[in-house]
Amino acid sequence: MTPLVEVTDLTVEFARSGDPVRAVDGLSFTLDEGRALALVGESGSGKSTVAGALLGLHRGTGAKVGGTVRVGGIDVGTAGPGELRRLRGGVAAMVFQDPLSALDPYYAVGDQIAEVYRVHAGGSRRAARARAVEVLGRVGIADAARRSRSRPHEFSGGMRQRALLAMALACEPRLLVADEPTTALDVTVQAQILDLLHELRRETGTALLLVTHDVGVAAESVDEVLVMRAGRQIERGPVDGVLGAPAESYTRRLLAAVPRLDGPVRAPEDRSRKGEPLLEALDLRKEFGRGGKAVTAVEGASLAVHAGETLGVVGESGSGKTTLGRMLVRLLDPTSGRLRYGGTEIGALPERELRHRRRELQMVFQDPVASLNPRRSVGESIADPLRVAGERDETRIRARVRELLDRVGLDPDRYEAYPHEFSGGQRQRVGIARALAAEPRLIVCDEPVSALDVTTQAQVTALLAELQAELGLGLVFIAHDLAVVRQVSDRVAVMRAGRIVEQGTVTEVYGAPRDPYTRQLLAAVPSLDPLRAAERRERRQELAVA
Amino acid sequence: MTRFVLKRLAGAVLVLLALSVLVYSLFYLAPGDPARLACGERCNPQQIAQVREQLGLNESMFTQYLHFLQGVFAGRDYSTGTAVVRCDAPCLGLSYQSDQQVTRLVLERLPATASLVVGALVVWLVVGVGTGLLSALRRGGPTERILTLLTLAGSGTPVFILGLLLLMAVCAYLQWLPFPSYVPFGENPEQWGWNLLLPWLTLGLFESAKYARLTRSATLETLAEDHIRTFRAYGVSERSVVTRHALRGAVPPVIAISAVDLGSMFGGAVLTESLFGIPGLGKTLIDGVKAIDLPVVVGVVMVTGTFVVLANVVADLLYAAADRRVVLT
Repeated sequence: MTPLVEVTDLTVEFARSGDPVRAVDGLSFTLDEGRALALVGESGSGKSTVAGALLGLHRGTGAKVGGTVRVGGIDVGTAGPGELRRLRGGVAAMVFQDPLSALDPYYAVGDQIAEVYRVHAGGSRRAARARAVEVLGRVGIADAARRSRSRPHEFSGGMRQRALLAMALACEPRLLVADEPTTALDVTVQAQILDLLHELRRETGTALLLVTHDVGVAAESVDEVLVMRAGRQIERGPVDGVLGAPAESYTRRLLAAVPRLDGPVRAPEDRSRKGEPLLEALDLRKEFGRGGKAVTAVEGASLAVHAGETLGVVGESGSGKTTLGRMLVRLLDPTSGRLRYGGTEIGALPERELRHRRRELQMVFQDPVASLNPRRSVGESIADPLRVAGERDETRIRARVRELLDRVGLDPDRYEAYPHEFSGGQRQRVGIARALAAEPRLIVCDEPVSALDVTTQAQVTALLAELQAELGLGLVFIAHDLAVVRQVSDRVAVMRAGRIVEQGTVTEVYGAPRDPYTRQLLAAVPSLDPLRAAERRERRQELAVA
Repeated sequence: MTRFVLKRLAGAVLVLLALSVLVYSLFYLAPGDPARLACGERCNPQQIAQVREQLGLNESMFTQYLHFLQGVFAGRDYSTGTAVVRCDAPCLGLSYQSDQQVTRLVLERLPATASLVVGALVVWLVVGVGTGLLSALRRGGPTERILTLLTLAGSGTPVFILGLLLLMAVCAYLQWLPFPSYVPFGENPEQWGWNLLLPWLTLGLFESAKYARLTRSATLETLAEDHIRTFRAYGVSERSVVTRHALRGAVPPVIAISAVDLGSMFGGAVLTESLFGIPGLGKTLIDGVKAIDLPVVVGVVMVTGTFVVLANVVADLLYAAADRRVVLT
């Protein structure tokens, strides 16, 4: 039997202002009917480019494609327009990464699925519409007939991803190509989508090519793994073999950098609970809007951070963790509640009196691209807090910035470089240097590593830990990734719908969670052990029923 | 939504009041004596003084403004020397030149302007959006380069040059059409259309350039978005991708800008009206300014202002209808 997908010596080159970039370099693999293969690698490894090549998406874009790609007997490189259209959606259907942007905002979800269905199956608009409702129902959209008339923005992230899956299923393809299908989703929603994908494949026998940077997601979903780096194959084999006993050192390094729920935790030094807390919040509450439209983002949040201690804050999107973090450094004014810093009540302190304390309370933001001014050199960005603090001597400012750049592991001579010249991890280092410039005593890090690859993520968290040990900083580490938080924190607060539902030491919260929501969150984290995937699916179902 | 409209309308009243104060002040800062102009060239100083008295120009600026407001909200009485004329609210005053009621004058002139502007709208929507779409479809090719050149030339040519060229070519040289003179729609619809053809083309083509660029950039921007990739990856033909999905992204900005343009043009597409001798608001405004005819100028400006403000509200409503993600507050 010929395999469903046959990729032989695939190379893809993008012309980029003169020097071409080789995104995929001599890659070969096959995938049989009904089987599942994951392409795993860090950003820039070329894995999404491979996924696009399976559907001939590079044709007509100026990219140079070499080698052959055959999908379901169609030679993707030479197929005519009609055959190519039949391939796309009919034989192989793509599920894209960001469900928010992957659907047309102007049309009803059901109409978009119907449009795609009619391209392949023809028939009347009515029949196509009925099919759309049918598949929407199949992917678990409740009241599918009514919801099919909604536009994408009226769907939640998880529902949009379900709708994309429905679109993929509409024409009964033999292959699903899923490009980071759950990356933009919360961990519990991710688990639901992965479970759904698993169930649909069991039912229809569709093959799966999964592109992901998350080894845990791959472990839960596929039979085979292909590890990619710089456009080349590093290692390929059955999922338990590659993830359980990797042959290549790169794979081992990649796996070692993945934060795990069963990995090491921070040495339980007794640095917490010593003396007065640095920052103490009591019954904080934040309301946005007024009157009937008021939304309570945070309610009754009480916590304390000591010097030299890291408090992790975990929760899903919309749980209020960012709002809480911003209140802690008074970027937002609490609606009510108390905030004590170094023995002074600062929750309602007027800006004038707060000013000299602001220096000591700093923040590192999630998106290192968006939180640095693209039109200013990084040196100038780092110098900002110094200038605000009243430093006027240019020589001293330069010297201090160079020292800071060096401290966060960047070349001090790159003072004049602009943010776009840095990689994601380096930009986050710039963000940390900027926060350090003010000589803070407490830094709130809001999702500092969620935009980064696992290896870069490990480097940045290590840097934070090092700086903390050296400077005795209090850290608040906000993240949606439970494994990362477990790795870096001394104590953890779990948030849901604006409230802290559980708070305690890492061992308490992760070892013996008391709140059912915490248990649900923990069960949703993908495990690196493929053998336990089935067992964990069952456990999730039990928790969902309960 | 009702709340939104009410809020915006309340805001509109404030904007219009501010506008009227501004026009009054400007008028008093400008040189020239309206009474002398209203009286005519052969008037002696006594006659001019009499006219000044009659027009109420002896009163303080503030009092005159209050009278104006009173007229707008309650109506007022005018004495023309021999008789008393009642001017009902909304009264924008009497023209210094002709003693005609400005409100009536404006209403008389409005249909001509409306005819011109609405016809031009059709031209710029068809030509502008069409050109923009075509250049988005043929991006990178020779067609796009030619279209880009044409739209640049179009937006760079002043409207009166464009109009003159059209006039000379079509009426003088080719003699396809007689020189246009305005015929009201109610009188003879066919003649109305033929006579307005050139003004429509002039104003419409001039505006088209802007809409072509707007449509092109909005369409290309949408083409670069992720959801376009989705439909391409599902085998939807390139033509439907562009016309159904990419062009759809250009609809909201085109609607919004058209509504605002339409509003401001209702205040008179001054140049086009003057060029073709269309008795619309723009021409009225120019004549009023030349004669320092304060009530006429204020009247036309207020009507224009009203249209601009209303057009903005309508633009917001249409934008929200075209893009359901927009929430009106």
